[in-house]
Amino acid sequence: MATSLVDAGSLLVVDVGSVSTRAVLFDVVAGRFRFLASGSAPTTAGAPYHNVSEGVRLALDRLQNVVGRRLIGADEQLIIPSASDGSGVDKFAATISAGTPLKVVAVGLLEDVSLESARRLAMTTYSRVVQSISLNDRRRQDARINTLIRLRPDLVLVAGGTDNGASQSVLKLLEPVGLACYLLPEHYRPDVLFVGNKALREEVKSSLRGLTTLHFAPNIRPTLEFERLDTAQSQVARVFNSIRSRQIPGVEELDVWSNGKLLPTSSAFGRVVRFDSKLHSNKKGVLGVDVGASATTIAAAFDGDLTLGVYPQYGLGYGSTEPVEDTSLEEISRWLVVEVPNEYVREYLANKACYPSALPVTAEDMAIEQALARVVMQNAVRQAAKGFPAQASSPGEGLLPWVEPILATGSVLTQAPSLAQSALMLLDGLQPVGVTTLVLDQNHIASALGAAAAANPLLVVQILDSNSFLYLGTAITPVGNARPGTPVLRLKLTYEGSQESSVEVKQGSLQVLALPQGQKARLQLWPLHGYDVGMGASGRGGSFPVTGGALGIIIDARGRPLALPADTAKRRELFKKWLAALGGL
Amino acid sequence: MFAPITHILPITSIRRERVLPIPGKVIVRSGQKVNATDIIAEANLRPEYILLDIARGLGVSADRSDKYLISQAGDQVAQGDMVAGPVGLARRVVRSPRDGKVVLAGGGQILIEAASKPFQLKAGISGEVVELVADHGAIVETTGALIHGVWGNGQVDFGVMTVQAKSPDQALTPNQLDVSLRGSVVLGAYCEDPEVLKTAEDLPLRGLILASMSSVLVPAAMKMQLPVLLIEGFGRRPMNPVAFKLLTTNDRRDVAINAEVWDRFSSARPEVVIPLPAPGSVSLPKEAGVFSPDQQVRVTGAPFTGRVGIITNMKGIIVFQNGLRAQSAEVRLENGEKAILPLANLEVLA
Repeated sequence: MATSLVDAGSLLVVDVGSVSTRAVLFDVVAGRFRFLASGSAPTTAGAPYHNVSEGVRLALDRLQNVVGRRLIGADEQLIIPSASDGSGVDKFAATISAGTPLKVVAVGLLEDVSLESARRLAMTTYSRVVQSISLNDRRRQDARINTLIRLRPDLVLVAGGTDNGASQSVLKLLEPVGLACYLLPEHYRPDVLFVGNKALREEVKSSLRGLTTLHFAPNIRPTLEFERLDTAQSQVARVFNSIRSRQIPGVEELDVWSNGKLLPTSSAFGRVVRFDSKLHSNKKGVLGVDVGASATTIAAAFDGDLTLGVYPQYGLGYGSTEPVEDTSLEEISRWLVVEVPNEYVREYLANKACYPSALPVTAEDMAIEQALARVVMQNAVRQAAKGFPAQASSPGEGLLPWVEPILATGSVLTQAPSLAQSALMLLDGLQPVGVTTLVLDQNHIASALGAAAAANPLLVVQILDSNSFLYLGTAITPVGNARPGTPVLRLKLTYEGSQESSVEVKQGSLQVLALPQGQKARLQLWPLHGYDVGMGASGRGGSFPVTGGALGIIIDARGRPLALPADTAKRRELFKKWLAALGGL
Repeated sequence: MFAPITHILPITSIRRERVLPIPGKVIVRSGQKVNATDIIAEANLRPEYILLDIARGLGVSADRSDKYLISQAGDQVAQGDMVAGPVGLARRVVRSPRDGKVVLAGGGQILIEAASKPFQLKAGISGEVVELVADHGAIVETTGALIHGVWGNGQVDFGVMTVQAKSPDQALTPNQLDVSLRGSVVLGAYCEDPEVLKTAEDLPLRGLILASMSSVLVPAAMKMQLPVLLIEGFGRRPMNPVAFKLLTTNDRRDVAINAEVWDRFSSARPEVVIPLPAPGSVSLPKEAGVFSPDQQVRVTGAPFTGRVGIITNMKGIIVFQNGLRAQSAEVRLENGEKAILPLANLEVLA
């Protein structure tokens, strides 16, 4: 059903992040939905405020000042719907990522079947799987009970049994959960989400009734071969909200303002990526990456099929004061564009746990942040790829599937000192293949659109189509095997007005073809030596229309996977050269 | 913009709520004077349970086994006590493997909560119990100097403080910890030598207050029984001059160290309290505020980490040399130098 602009009107979305709270306003301007402005403030979930409302109100105050529209009434409540004097908004939505990750215990029958699916389901929101229980584990029941009591999880995810399949063994696994709930003080009892054999629902209800809050979602492993997380994912999001509402004052109020539709930021981000995938419906997927302080989120949608992974272990802030392992330190250090002693990097990362919102003012600190961003993106996408569907084809094992566009958000990417640095972090961290477009969510509105998607799809379509996102450029990455310096791709760019520009691309190079922002052109590719540019087969080329982005057209022939020189001096020289090639400093 | 506040105060009123997360037994009474290590309340936070399969032990069905139960829910049992049986000619029985209390009995099973040492919640500061929190703990109040830390190893203790730091960033060596310091709290500046921690534990000291420490030592510090508290953070970060002066001028005084882990989602923060009599009444310190000129601030990030200064101007959004854009303020550092710094890298000293 089409959405009427008049009916839908303005939309305010608040996102409560772990460091910042943002309020984003959309409204109809000249017959189309537009992103108007945003206001942000520090998140106040922690001490001394212990209530997210303070941060929300300050963010709204700032937004009011920018747009000159009153959003909060004298009664301190949101003015909704909008009044005839122009104050207020017509719709409200909210997302949240603040708070410590939920502690999840995953329960499943078989280690690599239902238990693996339960773990993957947990990873679709801000959580850490702190323990697993399965038939494979040989612990006594009392050891399992003691583990549950010691860990005090927020959520127990129970999977297992194909539909109308195993039942007694699943119920046996539930016994320690029930006993632990009975023994724990009421406010420490975990919520339980059952996503196993649907025939067991009544028995599960009767064994846990009165002991805890019980939730159900469709079986995530209805058959041994088939995994289905989508519906359960929405239920996990609802359970997350319900737990957060209990944990952090002010969250419940946000949920009320949004008519009970508060979403985890990651779920909203996943929605907009899936939406975009349905909108473009090409053979490639759509990839979203959100590098946040509390977690890195990877959302990949292939033909509307979403894989969502939230990785708190790869958040840029709220790390651990435990010393970084040498291997991780090496991994980060090899991406440093300036010389920084390993010792300094180690201490910098430990201090981030004490001061998660501190900003990098020096060249060294900025280099560490950007190196860390590359590593967390690499690790997060590697983890997420395990859950990509079969139709997500890639040109080689361990390489990213063909995706277009790549939507990137998170301050380290969007607030980087130069767009060249943003683009290079994305190319190095994600290592895309073939032809893709790099899109930067500079206004931090992607998750806001996801929150709006269900109620107002037209708004999402029109905003995605507007200039509210920054198009860095089309990136062409030929994939194959050739010695550095070997020509691997020829391309011709035909500008409007028939002016042409031809380039021969050599293995190992990174270069840019100028195409001003918004200008249209046609790009023809001829891969050489059997290189693959994602046109259907190795060595196959083709032509397609392109639109200029902020950086033009980026041709990344540095190789996949990207191999860095072992020699530190050569590596740093190369980093400088690559950055210069993209026109950055 | 909201300003994070760190307390480094020569005299203030300090009020701390010390409560158990679950109901337990409150040990103190209202009006009682307590030391930092006195127990406020105790509870079995992580009880251990033992599930006995009575049916299997007796060799009968689960339904039949219930009639052989000797112990019922609520009964105290000692290790070796018979809890079910005897059955048959062999007179099979099931005995309790530990001292404890039967929590559930039936359906062929007995669940025993094993007796264990309860968790003891310490006062954390020396002062007076001004209010009891029923079944959970108490509110303790005192006056004195208060110095917030940024990291702690989770331990609590108190003792006479001996200053071993000659300068704000001097490395503490094992030689500086001799036997004369046994039982005291040592103020050092920087620690990078694992031998220092080992010596502190061997003596033992009652606590270690440091400006900073190598993060490599975190695992060792976390295993120590005495509190280790950092004022600045990790790496060689000199102690800020305000804290250094305050601590060094209180040499040989009693100090309480609560080196609890800093948790931004609760009010837990590592701190040093030096109990001092207040001249008249002193108010509680301010816990929240916004950045404004004339505030004293500490810098939390490079290039002026640990330096203290006064905000002279709010600057709005500034583009830094490395391209970073951030809401900023101009700060006059203690040596007179002026620097423009992101607000995100400042905390108000109050």
